[in-house]
Amino acid sequence: MGNIRAHQSQGNTEGSKSQNVTRRRFLDYLLGTSAFATLAAILYPIVRFMAPPHVVEAMQSSVIAAKLSELPPNSGKIFKFGSKPGLIIRTASGELKAFSAVCTHLDCIVQYRSDTKQIWCACHNGQYNLNGENIGGPPPRPLESYPVNKRGDDVVVNRS
Amino acid sequence: MKIESIGRWLDERLSISTIARTAQKKEVPLHRQSLWYYFGGMTLFLFVVQVVTGILLLLYYRPSAENAFESVQFIMTEVKFGWLIRSIHSWSANLMILTLFIHMFSVYFMRAYNRPRELTWVTGVVLLFLSVGFGFSGYLLPWNEVSFFATKVGTDIAGDIPVVGKTMLRFLRGGDEVTGATLTRFFGFHVAVLPALATVFIGAHVLLVQLHGMHVPARYEKNYRRMKFFPNFIMRDLIGWILAIGVLAALAAIFPWELGVKADAFAPAPAGIKPEWYFLFMFQTLKYIPAKILFFDGEVIGILFFTLAGAALFVIPFINRLPEQFPRRRKIFNLIGVIAILYIAIMTVVGYLA
Repeated sequence: MGNIRAHQSQGNTEGSKSQNVTRRRFLDYLLGTSAFATLAAILYPIVRFMAPPHVVEAMQSSVIAAKLSELPPNSGKIFKFGSKPGLIIRTASGELKAFSAVCTHLDCIVQYRSDTKQIWCACHNGQYNLNGENIGGPPPRPLESYPVNKRGDDVVVNRS
Repeated sequence: MKIESIGRWLDERLSISTIARTAQKKEVPLHRQSLWYYFGGMTLFLFVVQVVTGILLLLYYRPSAENAFESVQFIMTEVKFGWLIRSIHSWSANLMILTLFIHMFSVYFMRAYNRPRELTWVTGVVLLFLSVGFGFSGYLLPWNEVSFFATKVGTDIAGDIPVVGKTMLRFLRGGDEVTGATLTRFFGFHVAVLPALATVFIGAHVLLVQLHGMHVPARYEKNYRRMKFFPNFIMRDLIGWILAIGVLAALAAIFPWELGVKADAFAPAPAGIKPEWYFLFMFQTLKYIPAKILFFDGEVIGILFFTLAGAALFVIPFINRLPEQFPRRRKIFNLIGVIAILYIAIMTVVGYLA
C-alpha cells in the first residue's frame, strides 16, 4: 500500500501528495465503515434471532391445587401453578400449606417426604421445614409460600 | 496397465506421490512415554464413531418434547440394531471424554504445550469444552426424567454466572424454563453448531500436530529412537481402534444404555438424580458447599471457581513457560495436576456411591 502510494505521488508536488494521502485515507475509512455496517447489519438480526422472545403469560392468581379427599394427612402433591410447579402439603395434624416447588438452590422440583416430615430436594439433598425455611443442604433461601383456602372439597392456592 | 494409467492421471491432478513422499518421511519418537501418543488418535477415532452412529440415530430421532422420548424408545425396541447403535453412541461418548482426559493430562504432565505448541494446547482446550457441550446437549435429547433435571440444574448453574448469567440461561433454555424449546435448541447445538465447530478445531488441532511433529519430553530429548508413522505407527493405532470397537460392542451388549422414565415438568426430582460421570465431581462439590459463604450464595462461589479453573486451562502454556529454567514453577504445576486428578477421581467416586 505504502509503496503504491509513494509511487503514485512521485513527480507530484508536495501539496497534491498530501491531498492524495487524505483521499486514500478517506476511501479506506469509507470502505471500512461500510464493511463494518454490513457486518453489523448481518450479525444483529442473527443475535436477536437467537435470544428467545419473552412470552407474556397471563398471571394465574389462584388455582385449585387438589381435592381435599385426595390429600390424606402427612402427604404432599405437586400442582401446576401457571407454568411453574407448586407443592401442596397436608401436615400430619391436617394443616394445609402451599409453596413454590422450585428449589431455591438450582431449580429442581422439591417433594414432601412423609418419613422425615420435611420438604426435600432430591437433586442436591436440600431440606426445608414445613414453613418452607431452608434448614439443611445447599438451598440459600426459603421456598416462596402461598396462602391456602378450602372451598368445599377444593383446596385453592392463591398468589400472595 | 489400465490401473497404472488411472493412477498416473490422478497423480498428475492431485500430487498423490508428493503427499505419499511426505507421509513416508513422517516419524514418531520412541521412548518410555510413547504410549501416551495413542490417546489423541483414539479420541479422534471415537469422535468418528460418534459421527457415524449420530447420523444413524438422526434417521429416526424426532426432536420435540412430545416425540423425543417415544422416538428413542422406538429406536431401542423396533428398529433393527437400534439398541446397539444408541448404546454405542452413548458408550462411545463416555469413552471419548475419558480418552480426551487421559490425552489432556498426559500432555499436561509432559509439558508438551510448551513453545511452539501453545496453540495446539489452546485448540485442544476448545475441543474439550466442545466435547463437554456435546455431552451436555446430547444428554437431554432422550427427554427422560434424569436428563430433564440435569439440564435444569446445569442451565441454572450457567444462570448464576455474574453479569451474563441471565442472558445465557435464556439463550440456553430458549426461554425461562426447560421446555420443548430447550430440547429443540439443544438438538440444533448437538447436530449442527457443535459438529461444525468441532470439525474446524479438530482440523486446526491435527494440522498443528503435523506442523510441529510429536513432542518429546526433555528427559528423552537427547536419546530416543524413531518409528515410521506410516505404516508402523498407524498400524498400532489401528489395533487400538479395533480393540475400541470390540470394547464398545461388548459394553453396548452387556450394559445397554437405559432410557429411563419420560420427563415430566410437574413431577418432583426423583431420588438419586445424577449427571453424566464427567460432571459428577462438580455436581458433588455443589452438594458440599454451604448455602452461604460470607455474603455470597455458596453455589455462586463454587460455580465461579469452576469457571475460573476452566478459563485457567487456556493460559497454562503461557504461564508455565521455560520449565527447564524455572524448576520450582514446574513442580507447582505438577502438584496442581496431581491434586486436580485426585480431586476429580475422589469426588467422582463419592458422587457415584452417594
